[in-house]
Amino acid sequence: MATGDLVLGQEQGQSSAQQRVVNDFSINVATVNGSGSQSANSVLLKSIFGMGVPVSGKNLFPSNIAGLPTWYTIRASKDGYVARKRVSEVLVAMNPETAKSDILALPAGAVAIYDESLNLKQYRDDVVCYPVPFDKITAAVCPEAKLRKLVRNMVYVGVVAQLLSLDLTVIEQSVKKQFAKKQKVFDLNYGAVKAGFDFAQEKLVKQDPYAIEHMNQTAGKIIIDGNAACGMGAVFAGVTVVAWYPITPSTSLIEATSDLLKKFRVTPEGKATFAVIQAEDELAAVGMVLGAGWAGARSMTSTSGPGISLMAEFAGLGYFAEIPGVIFDVQRTGPSTGMPTRTSQADLLSTAFLSHGDTKHIILLPGSVKECFELSHDAFDLAERIQTPIFVLTDLDLGMNNWMSEQFDYPETPLDRGKILTAEDLNKLGSFARYKDVDGDAIGWRTLPGTRHNKAAYFTRGSGHNESAGYTEKPEEYLAVMDRLSRKFENARKLVPAPILERNVGSKVGVIAFGTTDFALKESLDEIKKRYNVDVDYLRIRAYPFAHEIHDFVASHERVYIVEQNRDAQLLSLLKLDLPAEQAVKLRSILHYNGLPIDALSITEEFATREGL
Amino acid sequence: MATSTPAPKVNHIGLPVLEYRGGKSTLCAGCGHNAISERIIDAMYEMGVEPERVMKMSGIGCSSKSPAYFMSRSHSFNSVHGRMPSVSTGAILANHTMTMLGVSGDGDTASIGMGQFVHLLRRNLPMIYIIEDNGVYGLTKGQFSATADIGSKLKTGIVNDLPAIDTCSLAIQLGATFVGRSFSGDKKQLLAMLKAAIAHKGTVMLDVISPCVTFNDHEGSTKSYKFMQEHDEPINELGFVASFEDIHVDYDPGTTYDVEMHDGSSLRLRKLREDYDPTDKIKAVQLLMDSHAKGEVLTGVFYIDTQKSSFTDLLNLVDEPLGQQPESVTRPSKAVLDQLMTSLQ
Repeated sequence: MATGDLVLGQEQGQSSAQQRVVNDFSINVATVNGSGSQSANSVLLKSIFGMGVPVSGKNLFPSNIAGLPTWYTIRASKDGYVARKRVSEVLVAMNPETAKSDILALPAGAVAIYDESLNLKQYRDDVVCYPVPFDKITAAVCPEAKLRKLVRNMVYVGVVAQLLSLDLTVIEQSVKKQFAKKQKVFDLNYGAVKAGFDFAQEKLVKQDPYAIEHMNQTAGKIIIDGNAACGMGAVFAGVTVVAWYPITPSTSLIEATSDLLKKFRVTPEGKATFAVIQAEDELAAVGMVLGAGWAGARSMTSTSGPGISLMAEFAGLGYFAEIPGVIFDVQRTGPSTGMPTRTSQADLLSTAFLSHGDTKHIILLPGSVKECFELSHDAFDLAERIQTPIFVLTDLDLGMNNWMSEQFDYPETPLDRGKILTAEDLNKLGSFARYKDVDGDAIGWRTLPGTRHNKAAYFTRGSGHNESAGYTEKPEEYLAVMDRLSRKFENARKLVPAPILERNVGSKVGVIAFGTTDFALKESLDEIKKRYNVDVDYLRIRAYPFAHEIHDFVASHERVYIVEQNRDAQLLSLLKLDLPAEQAVKLRSILHYNGLPIDALSITEEFATREGL
Repeated sequence: MATSTPAPKVNHIGLPVLEYRGGKSTLCAGCGHNAISERIIDAMYEMGVEPERVMKMSGIGCSSKSPAYFMSRSHSFNSVHGRMPSVSTGAILANHTMTMLGVSGDGDTASIGMGQFVHLLRRNLPMIYIIEDNGVYGLTKGQFSATADIGSKLKTGIVNDLPAIDTCSLAIQLGATFVGRSFSGDKKQLLAMLKAAIAHKGTVMLDVISPCVTFNDHEGSTKSYKFMQEHDEPINELGFVASFEDIHVDYDPGTTYDVEMHDGSSLRLRKLREDYDPTDKIKAVQLLMDSHAKGEVLTGVFYIDTQKSSFTDLLNLVDEPLGQQPESVTRPSKAVLDQLMTSLQ
């Protein structure tokens, strides 16, 4: 049966085989969620990584527990590009529901691996088809019927491995690592891989040009998702109180944090040096964060858009009463519930001014998993140094997908616990005023509850207060506090992570982006240079308020494109508020907001059109 | 039945009562809340609590302003409306060695704050949670709250046609381990209750009826002084014997019930009703419902459980406050990071 289907593919394969495509294509695995394909996809990803080939994986999943379509895309890229590609060249169609549309979406010359019963060949004669009798192969290696649904996934790993010439010994290692020390589970799964591999070897004739070959681009590198990296950053920042409420796509950030705390922060006597509390809602979660921050703990919460909206009132309290705390927002699409399992960068503007009154917040914007680790660590230092809530905005794409990365560096500096007066300090000083700017940096000194000194106490409130923390309705006292807060925010421009000049070629046109847009943008700028011989300066922003380098960058270019993943040009809007009018008019927008991660080609095409290239 | 000897000039940690005072109250003259502040001062003073070891918490409203009017030497956090429970939870997690006393109101607790309130009860968070309950929103000039009794009348003549939420029944059902109701004007009972509350570890929920002299102390109000004086029916007379005080000898053991508190002191309930057992949840709730049906306001300690673990016990925390753990404890070593990096390769 298999050979009959391959006749047409053979002809096509002849020509394309001459131009082999090595380490530069995407594999799209279409399954249903809840079918247990995650392990199989992870093995594929890690095997390509294990062969030294730069790789990235993206899970496109539904907001559902079981039975709805899911796609996992693995991109191998010899050039190290890790952004989403608009099309995939290799399809593994395991979901009958979407199989037809999946194969129709393939470019000409692509590859489709599918269960033979689907007979997908009928839809495309310009695609290389490899029908596989998955049930038959699975049944032969998995006597236990109820496990077959899971094991079936490992069969496609074997088929893909053989067709794309993946190294079987590397796959074996990956399967071993995946199933840790469970020999029986390994035997079953690797047996399935082997069965798929053997089938492909015996029954399928290679008709397509795609192949993975060994490289040495991943030595010493790690694979991790952004949520785990943020959690790790928090743990190495010494977080002690974690309060949260479950929400996609942020839940795994807390799970990662919690796992690390349980592993590394329990005393030999079995006592915890941390508390993780699942709160009743996001209001309570952030309330706990502020209560803990006020009483001296390094505290954090993690949420996504709907949770951020609920935290608005407390965010204002944190800002006005000057209480440290770290709030992660793994952004998903809005408005409202939006598409909970799709990505976006659309919380930037609302977070910057979260809460009523004149409130503004410091936001950190990691652009890689390494920066997830570093900036989430820095967030705790900044929160206590500046005495304010710090927001760390990532997104679903960064947070929930696997990314290749350089190893994380151990923090070089000791924890910065900020300005805290002890009882001994108070003995020397005699007294203190909580909100007095004694150092000229607009940051007051605070005391912690429990400080054994009769002048240590002060009254924390979200109502109008003077520099001694006393209640006030006096205009001049209110103004003094508000103006100092404004100076404090202004000073923060120098304290937050500086922007990175990613590309400095002295062009007239510049681009600015933040977060995950970076992956696609870097690829796009290479593409623009290759296609149009146009080289472009690129500045990547890592925090709000904006550092002065950002002003300088805009000032030194004629036009600046702001590339971001939201509808309303939120970063551009924030920049406009910040820049002088004659600079603000230079800003242009390139936007992407369909819920899928931005891809290079979309940026390239838009840029070329706008620039008349 | 007073058990304390006349107040000495200093308490057993050597502080005069003056050191427990706060700022001048800005509440209305005669407000029940002021009387409660006075009792808190007396209780903390008589119990010899070090003011610096107390965190005063509150939400928003007249009641929530009151922490400014007692114990200026204690750190205080006047948070946002209805959210005292979460802020308190965070604060006690950061430093579980502190005594925490929160003052909320009926609106702050039973309306806007109901969500957080019930979860605080459920967690048995170690704190004293006082509701200064007047059945009315004072700061916004007198709207009904959710604890206003059905049929009670506002000054404007509006009659409440919705049932009241009984915070005591709720607290008993949901897991608070010390639940009582008192009246701001009942010095003796409230003081004894507060002193026992200080000795308790777990959630102490005290609903203190505190008439609003401006908006809810008139004919038709069921939370007025007059109404309370006519309908207040104590279920038990309280005596509290702190562990450092001379143990009072009671001559009539058949009519008392002693509860041993966490610090070894004891709370003595003098039963006015036959067979009242403050450790029986179901009876306590039934009693509250019965008296409500009869139009009586029962006061006293309805329920005590000194055995149940508090929230911080359940978390199995180290003895030192989490907020004061040194870097050597909170930041894992470089070897740990190296190990993690290796496992991710």
